[in-house]
Amino acid sequence: MPDTLRRRTVLLTGASLLAVYAGTRSYARTITGGIPWMPGPGDAPTDTGALKFFTSDEAAFIDAAVARLIPADDFGPGAKEAGVTTFLDRQLAGPYGHAETWYMGGPWHDGTKSQGYQSRLTPAALYRTAIKAIDDHCRQAFGGKSFSTLSPDQQDSVLTDLEKGKFKIEGIGPHAVEIEGAKEDSFFSVLMQNTIEGFFSDPMYGGNRDMIGWKLIGFPGAHYDYRPYIGQHGKKLPIEPVGLRGRPGWTPHQS
Amino acid sequence: MKALYSLFIVFLALTPWLRAQAADTSASRVARGRALATAGDCVACHTADKGKPFAGGRPIETPFGVIYSPNITPDRDTGIGGWSDEQFYRAMHEGVGPSGRHLYPAFPYPYFTKATHDDVSAIRAYLDTLEPVKNARKEPKLTWPLNWRYLLHGWNWLYFDEGTFKANAQKSPEWNRGAYLVQGLGHCGACHTQRNFVGGEKTSQALEGGLLQGWFAPNLTNDKRAGIGAWSTDDIVDYLKTGRNSHSGATGLMAEVVTDSTSKLAPSDLHAIATYLKDQPGHPQDVSPLQGSPTLAAGRAIYRDSCSACHQYDGKGVPQLFSPLVGSALLQSRDHTTAIRVVLEGARTAPTDARPTTSAMPAYGWKLSDAEVAAVLTYAGNSWGNATPEVTAGDVKTVRDRLQVEHDH
Amino acid sequence: MAKKLPAVDVVLVGFGWTGAMIGEELTAAGLRTVALERGGWRDTSTDFAVTFAQDELRYMWRGHLFQEPAHQTLSFRNDSNQTALPLRHLGSFLPASGVGGAGVHWNGQTWRFLPTDFVMRSHNEQRYGAAALPQDMTVQDWGVTYDELEPFYDKFEYLCGIAGKAGNLKGVKQDGGNPFEGPRARDFPNPPLEMAYGPTLFGQAARDTGHAPFPCPAANMSRAYTNPLGVMLAPCTYCGFCEKFGCGNNSKSSPQTTILPVLMRRDNFELRTESEVVRINMDSTGKRATGVTYVDTQGNEYEQPAEMVFLCAYILHNVHLLLLSGIGTPYDPRTGQGVVGRNYAYQVVSSVDVFLGDKILNPFVGAGALGVGIDDYNGDNFDHTGLGFIGGGYLACWNTNGRPIEYHPVPKGTPKWGSKFKKAMAENYLTTATISTHGAVMANRGNFLDLDPTYRDARGRPLLRMTFDFHDNEHRMSDYLTDRAVDIAKAMKPRSINAKKRTGHYSVVPYQTTHNTGGAAMGSDPKTSFVNKYGQSWDVPNLFVMGSAVFPQNAGYNPTGTIGALTYFALDAIKKQYLKSPGPLVQL
Repeated sequence: MPDTLRRRTVLLTGASLLAVYAGTRSYARTITGGIPWMPGPGDAPTDTGALKFFTSDEAAFIDAAVARLIPADDFGPGAKEAGVTTFLDRQLAGPYGHAETWYMGGPWHDGTKSQGYQSRLTPAALYRTAIKAIDDHCRQAFGGKSFSTLSPDQQDSVLTDLEKGKFKIEGIGPHAVEIEGAKEDSFFSVLMQNTIEGFFSDPMYGGNRDMIGWKLIGFPGAHYDYRPYIGQHGKKLPIEPVGLRGRPGWTPHQS
Repeated sequence: MKALYSLFIVFLALTPWLRAQAADTSASRVARGRALATAGDCVACHTADKGKPFAGGRPIETPFGVIYSPNITPDRDTGIGGWSDEQFYRAMHEGVGPSGRHLYPAFPYPYFTKATHDDVSAIRAYLDTLEPVKNARKEPKLTWPLNWRYLLHGWNWLYFDEGTFKANAQKSPEWNRGAYLVQGLGHCGACHTQRNFVGGEKTSQALEGGLLQGWFAPNLTNDKRAGIGAWSTDDIVDYLKTGRNSHSGATGLMAEVVTDSTSKLAPSDLHAIATYLKDQPGHPQDVSPLQGSPTLAAGRAIYRDSCSACHQYDGKGVPQLFSPLVGSALLQSRDHTTAIRVVLEGARTAPTDARPTTSAMPAYGWKLSDAEVAAVLTYAGNSWGNATPEVTAGDVKTVRDRLQVEHDH
Repeated sequence: MAKKLPAVDVVLVGFGWTGAMIGEELTAAGLRTVALERGGWRDTSTDFAVTFAQDELRYMWRGHLFQEPAHQTLSFRNDSNQTALPLRHLGSFLPASGVGGAGVHWNGQTWRFLPTDFVMRSHNEQRYGAAALPQDMTVQDWGVTYDELEPFYDKFEYLCGIAGKAGNLKGVKQDGGNPFEGPRARDFPNPPLEMAYGPTLFGQAARDTGHAPFPCPAANMSRAYTNPLGVMLAPCTYCGFCEKFGCGNNSKSSPQTTILPVLMRRDNFELRTESEVVRINMDSTGKRATGVTYVDTQGNEYEQPAEMVFLCAYILHNVHLLLLSGIGTPYDPRTGQGVVGRNYAYQVVSSVDVFLGDKILNPFVGAGALGVGIDDYNGDNFDHTGLGFIGGGYLACWNTNGRPIEYHPVPKGTPKWGSKFKKAMAENYLTTATISTHGAVMANRGNFLDLDPTYRDARGRPLLRMTFDFHDNEHRMSDYLTDRAVDIAKAMKPRSINAKKRTGHYSVVPYQTTHNTGGAAMGSDPKTSFVNKYGQSWDVPNLFVMGSAVFPQNAGYNPTGTIGALTYFALDAIKKQYLKSPGPLVQL
C-alpha cells in the first residue's frame, strides 16, 4: 500500500484551521466555522511491518511457551501456529514494548495487590529479563537444557511453577497485570495476556494467522453489520470471519 | 411666480424621496449584483486565501497547465478598480481584457457571454463595494505552445459562440430563467460537459458529464441511470439548497458550489434550474447488469463486509445521511472516476444550516487493493437494478496514481 | 510568561458531553464561548471509521482513544494507612482524551436515577431508622429532586435519541417497561432495539422468578433519527464494538453525532484543541474566577479571561484542577472538614456466567446497551430490613461484548491454560450468557481525593491521589445482588454457572466501570457540598462544575443520563436567571 496515500492533504471545506498537522501530534489548533475534514485515511492503523525484537533464542522460548499455553491439538492449531511469536515480537519492538503510554516515574515500591503493576521494567525489559532467568533456571534444573528444548511435560511443569509463583524472577515485583485467577508471578500473567492478545487480535498485527483463533471459537472478526442476524436466535451464522485487511472471499475464486 | 415658487416647494419636499430613490436603486443594484455573483460563484475561483475573498491567486488546474485567477477586488493597481464598466462587460461577454488580450477560457466567458448587459453591470456594481486587496496577478504556467495567447483566436473561432441569451418562446418563463442561469452565469457545463483534447465543449453532449481536475462531474440530463432521471424537481432544489437529497449528497468540488453558491440562491431560481434540467433528455445508454462473474462474487463479499454498515445490504442506505446506492448516478456514470475517488480517499457531503450533519465516508484506499476497489464498485454498480460496465483495476490505478500526484504537491 | 488573550463570555474546560451541551446552549443565547480541550480533534470518518474501528487490540488493550498515564494519571491506595502508588497503566477505569471525551467510547447505557436516590439520607433514615446509615457513611441528599430534573432527563434523552420503553408514564405503569422508574412525561424518542437471544432468555427466566424485566435504555439508535437540533443519526448495526470504541456509522449518541455539527458552525464559538488547562485563575477576593491558564503542546502558556468558567473535563481532572488552583477547602478525612475531594465514590459490579451449552447466543452480535434488565433490587425498590445495607443496583444480561481477547468465558475450575482451557474456550464462547450486577457505592469518610505528596505528572504538578475502598455496605449489597443473579441464572437451566462475586479490597487492576463520582459534591449546605444544585460553586458564583464530580454518592446506575439532566437543568437556570443577573442561583 503506497505510503504517500497515508499523508493527509491540508484541504478543508468550510472550517478554518490554524496550524498544520505534524504527523499525528500537533500544536494547539483553533477550530472554528464548521467541522474540519480532509480526504484521506485519517487515523487508520499503519502496518507495523517486520519489526524485530527477539533474538533467535528468545523467539524459540516464546514459540515453545505459547505452544503449551494454547497448544495445537484435536481442536486445531494453537498459539504457535497462529503466529503469536511474530505478534509479540512486533509488539515488544513498538510503543507497547517500551511502555510509551505508561507512567514510568519513580519512586518504586512493590505496593499491594490492589495497586497493580509497579515494576520499573517495561514489557520489553520484562520479557528479556524473564526469558533469560527462566532459561537459566531450566539449565540448572534440567541438566543444561534451555526451556525450548525440554519435553512438553517438563515445559508444563516450569510454566506451572511460574504461574504459582514458585520461583521469583529478580527485578520483578510480585504483583502484576491481573487476569482472572492468575497467581503471584507477574511475568506469567503478562505472558498469558499477550498470548491471548496474539491469538485473538486482528491478523494485521502478526498473530491470529489465517484467523485460527477466531475460527476456534466462532468469532467472525471485523464485521460491522449484523442486522440480518439479530433475530436469528439459536442459529449458527453463515459468516466467514474477516480481518481489517479482508478475507479470502475478497479475491475472485478464493471463497 | 407663485407657480414657480410652489414648484420649488414641491421639489424641495420631493428631494429626499428622489435622493432616496436614487440611493435605493444603487443599494438594490448592488444586492442584485451580489445575488448574480453568487449564481456565478465568482468567489470560488477568484479566492485563494479565505481571509481575502475575490483577491485572486487560486491555481486553476487545466489539462494544459495551471492558471492563477486574477484579483477582482476594486484595487486600482492589482485588481479591477481601474477598469471601466465597458471593459468589465467586454471581459465577461467576449473574453477580452482591457489591453485587448484574450483571456484563457478557464475563465468561463463562453458561458458568461449569455448574461445580459444589465446583469453584468449589476455584478460590477457589487464587486465595486468589496474591500480592495493588493494581490498582483501571477502569470500562468502553461505547457508550450499553449502559453501563446494568439492561439486563442483560433480556439474562440472554433468553440466560442458569443452572444447574449435568447429566450425560447416555446418554453415557460421559468424554463427560460433556468436556461439563462444554467447556460450562463451558472456555467454548469464548464464541469458537467465533456471537453475535447483542446478543451472545447462537446456541445452535442451538453451536460452529460465531464472529467475535470480528477473528478467526474455527473450527467445532469434526464438519463435514469447516469443522470437525474429519477429525481423530481423538488429533489434537485433540495440538493442545491441543502447539499443533499434522498438520492445523493454534494461532495468534492460540488460541495464548494453548494456552500458558496447554490445554497444561497432564491428558491424560484433553484426551481427554474430544476425545471430546465428536467427537460434535457440526454442520450441514455442501454446497459444490462453484469451477472455471474467471480469478480462480482468477490465484490459482493467486500461490499457485505465493508460497505453495508452504512449503505445497507440492500443498497438503500440511510437517505439524507448515507446515500442510497440503488439508482446511484455516480456508480452508473460512463466514467467511474468520482466513484473510485470517493472509495479511495473518502468524501464528505457539504454541510449546510438546513442539513448540518456532516455525512462523511471514510477512505478505503489504504485498505483495499486496486482489484478489490474495482470488484466492489462493479458489484454495487450492477446490483439492485443498477447496471454499468465493469470497473477495472487499471481504472482504479489511474485514479490512485493521480491522487498521489495531488497529495505530493 | 502567559500570553493574555482577549476576554470571552464563557470558557469551557474540556470538550466532552457537558462541554458540547453548554457550548451549544450558551452560544445559542448569544454568548462568545471558547472550549479548551487537552486532547485532539476526533470525528467519525477520520478517527473511528467503519474501516478500522473494529480493532480490539488497538482500542481496548492499547487504549488508543484513552488518556495516557504517561501524560496524566493519579496515585491510588485503599486507605489512609497506605502509601499511594501511581496507576501506571489503565485498568479499573478508562478516562478519555480528545474531543468528545468518554462520550465517544461509552456503551450508551442511559438511565435515570430513582426519585429516592436524590434523597439518599433522609429517605433511608426515615424508612429504616438513623442507625441504618453507619457513622462513617457520609451520604447526603442532593438538594435537587427527581421531579425538578424530569424535564431535563427528557431533554437529554431526546437529544440522544435513546431507544427504550417507558415503564411509568405520568404515574401510570406501562407493561414492558421498568415499573420502578420515576414517572416520565412521555415515552422514549425511539423504540427499543431488536433483542438478542441471551438477554431474551434472561428476561424469560426473570419473569418466571417473579421479576419485571424490560429492555435497557440505549443510546444506540434503533432507527434513523433526527434530534431537536436537526442532527441526524443512523440505525445501529449491532457490530459489537461499542464500549471502548468510537462508533463508525453515526449510530451511537456522542457529542460528535448529536451536537457538534450544529455547534461548530456557530460564529460565536471557538474550539482550541491540544490546549490543557492547568489552572483556574481567581481575583484577589477569591470569590470570582477571572478565567483559566492553559498550555499548548509546545509548552506555551496562555491566559484566557472569561466571565464564566465551566469545568467540563472528566471528574478526576475537574477535582484535580480545583485542588491545584487552591479553590475551596480540601477535604481532611481526619477532621471531616473541607469539601473539595470529599465523597468520592465509584460502582461495585459483579457477574454470573451462565453456561447454557446447547443454545447459540452469538455474543458478538451486540450493541453497547443491548440488553434486558431488572430494577427490582435497585435503590430502595425492595425492603432492606435485616439485610445490613442500603441501596442496590440493576441486574442485566447484555449482548454487548463478544470481543475475544476480553471475553472467552470458561466454566469454573477450568485450567487457566493448556488443551483443556483451549477446548473450554471453543465449546463455551457461543453458548454463554453473562448476568451483570451494577451496584451503588455510598460515600464514606475514608474515600476521598486529594493531592499526592510524592508523585508528579508530566508538567511537574502533584498527581491527584485517590483513597478508596469498598466498605461493608458495598460488599453486602453486591453479594446480595450476585445471589439474586444466581437465582435467575438457575432458572435459565444452564449446564453450569460461575458466580464471580466482588471480593476483597477494591483493586485498580481489572476493568470494572468508568463511573468515578464525587469530589465536588452537590448539596444544600456549603459545609458539606462544594456546589449547589446547579453545579454552581457556593464560594465562586461564576464557577460551575459539570459531570459526576457533583454526585454526593453514586447510585446503582450508569451516570451519563443523570449528568445530562443536571447539565440541562443548570443551563435552564443560567439562561433564565444568571445571565440576567449574575450571582448565586440558590440563596442560603
